[in-house]
Amino acid sequence: MSAVLTLDRVSRVHGEGASAVEALKSVTFTAAAGELVAVMGPSGSGKSTLLTLAGGLDSPTSGTVTVEGADLGSLGLKDRARMRRTAIGYVFQDFNLIPALTAAENVALPLELDGQRPRAARAAARLALDEVGIGHLADRFPDDMSGGQAQRVAIARAVVGERRLILADEPTGALDTETGEDILQLLRARCDAGAAGVLVTHEARHAAWADRVVFLRDGVVVDESGSAPVDALLDAGQGR
Amino acid sequence: MSVRQALLALLEQGPMYGYQLRSEFEQRTGGTWPLNVGQVYTTLTRLERDGLVAGAGADDEGHVVYRLTEDGHGEVATWFTTPVARTQPPRDELAIKLALAVTVPGVDVGRVIQQQRTATMKALQDYTRLKRSERGAERVDLAWGLVLDSLVFAAEAEIRWLDHCESRLRRAAREQSAAPASAPVQEEAR
Ligand SMILES: Nc1ncnc2c1ncn2[C@@H]1O[C@H](COP(=O)(O)OP(=O)(O)OP(=O)(O)O)[C@@H](O)[C@H]1O
Ligand SMILES: [Mg+2]
Repeated sequence: MSAVLTLDRVSRVHGEGASAVEALKSVTFTAAAGELVAVMGPSGSGKSTLLTLAGGLDSPTSGTVTVEGADLGSLGLKDRARMRRTAIGYVFQDFNLIPALTAAENVALPLELDGQRPRAARAAARLALDEVGIGHLADRFPDDMSGGQAQRVAIARAVVGERRLILADEPTGALDTETGEDILQLLRARCDAGAAGVLVTHEARHAAWADRVVFLRDGVVVDESGSAPVDALLDAGQGR
Repeated sequence: MSVRQALLALLEQGPMYGYQLRSEFEQRTGGTWPLNVGQVYTTLTRLERDGLVAGAGADDEGHVVYRLTEDGHGEVATWFTTPVARTQPPRDELAIKLALAVTVPGVDVGRVIQQQRTATMKALQDYTRLKRSERGAERVDLAWGLVLDSLVFAAEAEIRWLDHCESRLRRAAREQSAAPASAPVQEEAR
């Protein structure tokens, strides 16, 4: 498996002097093609910081972030922006939808910015909205939607097109248990089809869809759980 | 778990013999709580003695088939309309272990929590993998799917509780280290 995302000894300090916060402390992390990795940890442990660095939305204080072989730190502004539009899909913790655009326009935007014909972009957007179960809301504006519906628009925008790296910050926060599961099913399917995925979540039930679960505490990776043989399941089931 | 109630409920479908009851039970619960045939027959004997089931002859291969009596039907109806009692929580080894870990000297509680969380997360990943293959299957077995969900939610609750324990411990440790000067004063006050 080839690494789509690599963080090599990445640190990020917010602020300066006495008020400086070391949000990440020399974290090394990879996500390979076909792999879904979940990141868990208490509030303030550095999960969003890790994700914004991986998505090229922020730069590390030290260390390197590599996406598809390209060191984000040495890319020019233009190349980095292009990478963000085409290779990386990002679901923001607070959705980040554009209120003046409909659901379909929001989803089509990254494709259009990348030079796709508007009609093709809209068609792809509608397909992505169908996939998250809100195809019928394509022409609604974000403000006229429920929190869970807006969240699904944000997810559709992140998975539309051939994204190689999907980064999702609490993508199920506003969803009920069944819809949340549908979203995980979708992320899982994208990874099974060859994308690399990183999912930040507070919900263990959702993290369990990942191949690996990484636990962060105070900016440090404290623990990791990978795949276990099925025997472990029976032991766990009978122990209680 | 009450094997007795489960067997009675299964017989609502129609007369069955012991092996059949066992496989019907395991089909619904995915073998999560294995039943042995001996246990099934002993239970049937007791149910017959109590007048809740009656022998209904043998099938072509000579298996003794049981059916519900009038009282048996009544018992099933009562079971389904009575909530499962929550008054006596089952003994929970993990809760007991942590309660002891925080009081017995020399135990690295943080490590106990962390190891348990990793183990429970692994189990949760396994349940989820089973669910995924379940979803892919042509005919999703609703009963087994619900049992699996119950295991998933229980494991999730355990992880949430472990996270909660960890943050409480961290807070307690912070408070202790923040108040070393006032500690002796409290001692005097007592
Ligand atoms: N722009 C910033 N300026 C100063 N401090 C920041 C900034 N962004 C994040 N931090 C600090 O960095 C630490 C990690 O924040 P981060 O947002 O990564 O946490 P998180 O794990 O995503 O938490 P949550 O679960 O609440 O979303 C926190 O202590 C936070 O206060
Ligand atoms: Mg966050």
